[in-house]
Amino acid sequence: MEEYVYKKVSSIVFGLLSPKVVKKMSAVKVVTPELYDKEGYPVDGGLMDTRMGVIDPGLRCKTCGSKIKECVGHFGYIELARPVININLVSLISTLLKFTCRECGKILIPKVKADKIIESLAAADKEVGLEKRRKIVKHVITSLKTTNKCPHCKARQLKITIEKPTTFLENEKRITPIEIRARLEKISDEDCELFGLNPKYARPEWAVQTILPIPPVTIRPSITLESGERSEDDLTHKLGDIVRINQRLFENINAGAPEIIIEDLWDLLQYHVTTFYNNEVAQLPPARHRSGQPLKTLAERIKSKEGRIRYNLAGKRTNFSARTVISPDPMIGLNEVGIPLIMAMKLTVPERVTAWNINYLKAFVQKGSDKYPGANYVIRPDGKKKKITEEMKEQILEEIQPGYIIERHLMDGDISVFNRQPSLHRMSMMCHKIKVLPGRTLRLNPSVCHPYNADFDGDEMNLHIPQTEEARAEAEILMEVPTQLISPAFGLSIMGCIQDSISGNFLLARDPEIKKEIAVKLLVDSGITDFSRLPSKKTISGRDVFSMLLPDDFNFSAHSKLCKKGPEAECKDANHIVIKDGKLLQGTLDSANLGKGAGLLLRNLHQKYGQEFAVDFLAKVAKLGVNYLFHKGFTVGISDMDLPDDANQKIENALEESTITIRELISACADRTLEAFPGKTIEETLELKIIETLNNVRNKTGNIVAEYSTKLTPTVIMARSGARGSVLTLGQMTACIGQQVLRGKRIDKGYKGRTLSAFRAGDLTESARGFVKYGYKRGTTPAEYFFAAMTGRDSLMDTALRTPKSGYLYRRLSNAMQDIKVDYDGTVRDASNKIIQFSYGEDGVDVSRSVGGKIDVKRIIQNLK
Amino acid sequence: MTDEIFKEYEEKLPKLIIDEIKANLPEKADAAKVRKILEAVHAEYEKSKLDAGECVGLLSAQSIGEQGTQATLDTFHFSGVSEMNVTMGLPRIIEILDARKTISTPMMEIYLNAPYNQKENVKKQALLVKEIKLKDVATEFLVNIADMIIKVDIDEQKLKDLDLTLANLSKTLSKAMKSLKIKQDTVSIIAKLEDKDANLNSLYKLKEKLKETHISGIKGVTQVLPVKRGSEYIVLTAGSNLKAVLALEWVDKERTTSNDIYEIAATLGIEAARETIIDELLKVIKAQGLKIDIRHLMIISDTMCVSGAIKGITRYGVVNEKSSVLARASFETPIKHIMRASLVGEEDKLHSVIENVMLNQVVPLGTGMPVLKAKKKE
Repeated sequence: MEEYVYKKVSSIVFGLLSPKVVKKMSAVKVVTPELYDKEGYPVDGGLMDTRMGVIDPGLRCKTCGSKIKECVGHFGYIELARPVININLVSLISTLLKFTCRECGKILIPKVKADKIIESLAAADKEVGLEKRRKIVKHVITSLKTTNKCPHCKARQLKITIEKPTTFLENEKRITPIEIRARLEKISDEDCELFGLNPKYARPEWAVQTILPIPPVTIRPSITLESGERSEDDLTHKLGDIVRINQRLFENINAGAPEIIIEDLWDLLQYHVTTFYNNEVAQLPPARHRSGQPLKTLAERIKSKEGRIRYNLAGKRTNFSARTVISPDPMIGLNEVGIPLIMAMKLTVPERVTAWNINYLKAFVQKGSDKYPGANYVIRPDGKKKKITEEMKEQILEEIQPGYIIERHLMDGDISVFNRQPSLHRMSMMCHKIKVLPGRTLRLNPSVCHPYNADFDGDEMNLHIPQTEEARAEAEILMEVPTQLISPAFGLSIMGCIQDSISGNFLLARDPEIKKEIAVKLLVDSGITDFSRLPSKKTISGRDVFSMLLPDDFNFSAHSKLCKKGPEAECKDANHIVIKDGKLLQGTLDSANLGKGAGLLLRNLHQKYGQEFAVDFLAKVAKLGVNYLFHKGFTVGISDMDLPDDANQKIENALEESTITIRELISACADRTLEAFPGKTIEETLELKIIETLNNVRNKTGNIVAEYSTKLTPTVIMARSGARGSVLTLGQMTACIGQQVLRGKRIDKGYKGRTLSAFRAGDLTESARGFVKYGYKRGTTPAEYFFAAMTGRDSLMDTALRTPKSGYLYRRLSNAMQDIKVDYDGTVRDASNKIIQFSYGEDGVDVSRSVGGKIDVKRIIQNLK
Repeated sequence: MTDEIFKEYEEKLPKLIIDEIKANLPEKADAAKVRKILEAVHAEYEKSKLDAGECVGLLSAQSIGEQGTQATLDTFHFSGVSEMNVTMGLPRIIEILDARKTISTPMMEIYLNAPYNQKENVKKQALLVKEIKLKDVATEFLVNIADMIIKVDIDEQKLKDLDLTLANLSKTLSKAMKSLKIKQDTVSIIAKLEDKDANLNSLYKLKEKLKETHISGIKGVTQVLPVKRGSEYIVLTAGSNLKAVLALEWVDKERTTSNDIYEIAATLGIEAARETIIDELLKVIKAQGLKIDIRHLMIISDTMCVSGAIKGITRYGVVNEKSSVLARASFETPIKHIMRASLVGEEDKLHSVIENVMLNQVVPLGTGMPVLKAKKKE
């Protein structure tokens, strides 16, 4: 067997590179800006020197002798002709220069005081974390003031200013980096501590570089274009500039060129080194390609969303994953996902050959990769991966023995992780069992749409196949759909029936008699096989059919959507749900009990019979509802919006009435007889009163519609059962759309004093301010249409602006709190073991195990009776 | 009898649950029955407890983040006539979590002691709270260039409403503006600049300054509104100054609150601030019709307040306090954090999540938390 050595990184220390270390870790001293010789091979001592690693296939690294991909690369260095300031440390250099003596290099505070600070720093070190230390240092630096005289050697101090980005001035005279470095060298190790430096990792003089490390070739590979030309990486370009200028500077110094020329070249070298580190320094023009596009140098590589940290380090990519369009299939289980055959033949599961399963696995190899269920690869114990092809098949079959791994095609029942972006909560990635189906889309049960927030208007979803036993076990135990049924956000079922399955059950529960044959068919189609509890009558009520899904010792009672709210036990409404001994005795089934995110029916079933049962129940209920609709037929039409004449008359009257009231209010305001609300002007009061009237009239028309929609048309059924829409939207279709609200006000934007040129200036009547009088069926006037479009656009903008805002909020929250966990002792702690809470949420209750965030005491007492 | 049994369970069950059991006990429950109920509840309570290693922080972040996408951006909230205009929705949530020093609509709810909380009295008390500037009681500001004098005509009716007289008005004025000589007329106040080299410009400046001079009420309170809450009347204010309000003797100090978290922290301490963060978040969540359990808000509020000062969920606040360099760097401004870490030679012990993700190592949460410790053979 193979042997593993598991190594774990236990900590990472950060520090500055000293010139000594740079030299020690380097493989080359780069001396020439040339990259390749005439034959196209890398030049020795050039920037692409093969001692720094190789990027061309076939070549070997001269330092470690390994080939491309195996060699991680090695650093090189350049000896700078004149020292240069590191742009990242300018602020540090500035404080150091300002607050140390220019003569003796000591910190500009008296010794007694400095000793005291060192003492307090030592005390701070005893504490966990650097926070305290950082605070003291910050305090020291902010409290330092420019003193004229050094308290140690009494030397006079001059005023130091920075001319951004990298020039330092002393009394308006420039100090060269050489001089700066000389001064920084003088600072003692003890004084470094006072500035918050750890001299072991960061000596001040290292902030002025005399030597520049050259990153390995492997992090700046060149690309060979189709034309055979080589295109170098941005970093190589920049380094080329540095080496070139450095060489010129060196030659000029040796030739004894005038000071001005040397200084100019020095500045140029400084510029190149600065932009090598960071090409977005505020005061410098960014270095550009010949095409004018700015170079991407070190800082830009690390920073931001597309940078190394967030893109490559914190973000990972996977193999064994798939993505396509999703479509619904109410007949598969909630914890299943239907995948197309093509996917099943591309995605594989590794299975290890043992003495017991060798024949079983050989059968897959026998089938090959083109027939389902076959296998695509075989991995030998030494790690060699072999593709199974028609020619190789026989040979592979012969060689297979225990220890081999066979990557076989996906089969029904395999574990997968299913995901839809944006993955905002943990229910966005759940484990589903594979079910291979014909077709080309991924199939999922519509009842699990809600946690994914998926619909089928072209949504795509991702599928991952875990490849190790550990991963599969965790996925199955922790991520499977039944385990996620209860939302950790609010402690109720997050999945539930939707749309047709709700209206189906709503109708089913009202159906007084269903022929026995049909009832049995409905139940069989919904996955019921045991009919011992079915009443042996010719016709069976819909409620009895539904009761077949319930366990026979289940008791439950709850409000339905239509019940008047009040104490549950005393509810006498006929719609109130009562389940006794697994029989639905009375009540309407609607979204309040079957729907997602609400109702205790599922929650109680979950509590009593377990998650598997609850999910199975949900799947069956949903199927039953849909099947009942198949049997009954269900369709919406424009005639659903018809109202009798007297209803139309009533609506007309209500609208008329409000118009009159508003006229009266406006004239009352005009002759100042309107009584103002406290703290409001008369005009504001008028506006409020008009809004109130208009709201009333919309409600009134809505009520009239509700009153007359006693006939159960499909639209009414949907609204009543909560499957889709509401009585309000029904009212908007048939009677009155109502006031359009823009930014919390009636519409008042547009022209001066009026909304559209069709109205008079100062017109405050309802029609001039965005009140849409009639319903969608009757249609809108051009002005009304325009107002409706205004609010429509506004709400589009609202969504467009909200998404990035809440996305950023989520990113911040999750970054801030990702390492807060419950410890073994029940306390809530963060990564540094600091206690955040002594008991989670003050009682330690897991929201996803509670009932809406509470322990359901009432139910427990009732059940004990 | 039953009391003893309850006492026994006091340690085992949270007080809230015990109270609920007491409230829901069946009438003819004997001791055995009570014990049975308590046992059952306790068993269920133990079952509903969290597992060790559960990453509750992330759970809260997800709960809020996911529901936040459903909240509306609706900045203002009008619920009829008698309410104040308050920032609601996502902007308010962001404002709270950012721990902004100045919030967009500061507000107080002032509860009053009896008998002031009755309908007849509130209006008057409310007016006492409202900040009154000179311009609010004046009808006109007259500038007399010849004598370098500003004459302020006062609306006497308004003064009377505020329980003020011209005499003490001029007194407060002269106290507030030391460089002025204040004289009092029958219906007006005359202010004269004492300065020798006063010119026209300074006179006009003075006029503007006079207009804004604070006369009575509490600074910062720009609007007051008496509102009925249950059986009593309370005063809602726009603008907040809790310290000054709590100093008033007729104010109910226990219930009066502000929505300004920093102000609460400054006057009532960090625990009160923690509570306020939760309350304010709950208010928004309820108004939006979202469902988020209070435990998630507690965790957030606690992380913001553990250090003893309020820290926002920003790169300068909570994230800045993290012990891991890489965790800080992966959030925002990575270069700053890495440079800062290298200057002190900081060590990242890799105790939290993101660093281990970066290194492809097991994350110390949930199933990644247990580790094997082997005894060394000696």
